Amino acid sequence: MNLMLPDSGLIFWMTIIFAIVFFVLAKFGFPIITGMVEKRNKRISDALESARAAEEALAGLQQEHERLLAQTRAEQTRLLQETAAERDRMIAAAQEQARAEAQKIMDDARKRIREEQDAAMKEVRNEVAAISLAIAEKVIRKELSGDTAQKEYAERLADEI
Amino acid sequence: MKWLKVISAIVMMAFVVPLSAAEAQEGEVDVAEMLFGHIGDSYGWHITDWNGSHVTIPLPCIVHSSTGWHVFMSSKVEHGHEYEGLFLAEEGRYEGKIVEQMADGTLARPFDISITKNVASLMFTALLLIALVLGAARWYRKHDAAEEGAPKGFAGLMEMMVMMVNDDLIKPSIGEHCYRKYAPYLLTVFFFIFLSNLLGIVPFFPGGANVTGNIAVTMVLALCTFFAINIFGNRHYWKEILWPDVPVFLKFPIPIMQTIELFGMISKPFSLMVRLFANIMAGHAMILGLVAVIFVTVKLGPVINGSMTVIAMLFGVFMDCLELLVAFIQAYVFTMLSAVFIGLSRQEESAHPVDPSEQGVTRT
Repeated sequence: MNLMLPDSGLIFWMTIIFAIVFFVLAKFGFPIITGMVEKRNKRISDALESARAAEEALAGLQQEHERLLAQTRAEQTRLLQETAAERDRMIAAAQEQARAEAQKIMDDARKRIREEQDAAMKEVRNEVAAISLAIAEKVIRKELSGDTAQKEYAERLADEI
Repeated sequence: MKWLKVISAIVMMAFVVPLSAAEAQEGEVDVAEMLFGHIGDSYGWHITDWNGSHVTIPLPCIVHSSTGWHVFMSSKVEHGHEYEGLFLAEEGRYEGKIVEQMADGTLARPFDISITKNVASLMFTALLLIALVLGAARWYRKHDAAEEGAPKGFAGLMEMMVMMVNDDLIKPSIGEHCYRKYAPYLLTVFFFIFLSNLLGIVPFFPGGANVTGNIAVTMVLALCTFFAINIFGNRHYWKEILWPDVPVFLKFPIPIMQTIELFGMISKPFSLMVRLFANIMAGHAMILGLVAVIFVTVKLGPVINGSMTVIAMLFGVFMDCLELLVAFIQAYVFTMLSAVFIGLSRQEESAHPVDPSEQGVTRT
């Protein structure tokens, strides 16, 4: 039986047909399918990669957000404290100033009062001296006429009053 | 053809008396002729017998004899007719082939590139394969796979099979670095063999030819693999053949190792050729043999014939299912071993050689 003998005509046709099939499929068939599938797989893995990156970025953003929030809160507290301190300081300073002013006014007033008092005292004294002198003059006009010793005595008396 | 005979056997039971009588009158069924007539090649495409006459599609015969080129339909030389000095040899070396009578009385075989049944089936398979693959590839031309995702339906099926062979078979067998170059060839081989095997199981007209069970077909495929291995083999591959790492007395002055390696080089594609041929041929022969049981037992009486018909049909169903499996396995094995052999020819110095027998699922 010639089953084991390859027939030359069939080899001829098989070679031609297989060559044509191979060239057609290798050019227009399989590479397109495999290429597209690889492209798609690449795209899917890229998408997964970018999704992971986005997730990471989001997590980072969240962290940043929280950090900023905490920072802001701390800043706020600090500012409030500072403001409070400033306020206290300002009030204290104002009080101090007011106290100093008041003191000064009081001092001035006291000084003026004393001066006024002194002046008044002096005036009163002079007045009293003059009155006393006048009285003494009137009382003892005769014996004390223009005597300086007597006038001094009268002044001394006026001081003792 | 097988199934048609099975169905006709059932029909025959209805007309069991007239038909079996006619069969008995015609004499015994020549099982060997039917079997080898099917698994061999022929000039015409025999479809069925109808009312005692053959229904055959004539195919063009193209021969170059001593009198020049002759192109004619195969029906011209049927039943012992002679056409332009050419006729079918009835016996001897060229049995069933177109021959011419030489002047000295001997028969000579002309240069014969007729479109025989197997060639016609090859053409049909080739066209179908091109249509299937280009049909799937067309989807990718029309759609942007990256944007629209995986295809559905037919293109999805083809994609699944192509990627299965590409990613699970070719890539690991050849290696990541250079499989792309060979992938189109190996994919073509896989789908060509698979489709031919499947069409071989179909018993009706466009199928039923024993294409991959023909040694000429498997020889061309094995030669393609042989060239793919040896033309693109790297330095390391040739060094392993011409100057392997063995003691010097084994390779010089008598080239023992080189001879062994040379045999290995040839036996690899040879085993591919014989494995595919023998598997498919044996599968066809088995199914035909089972169908033939029905016709052989006709003369043993209706009881035996009837029971044997049932048994033969059950076994026939089983064998057809098995052949479906074999159709895939043989395409897979041929592709995988080709890929492994190609991978070995492209292996780099550092890598350890892989024993192909450990990877290959063989069935011979």
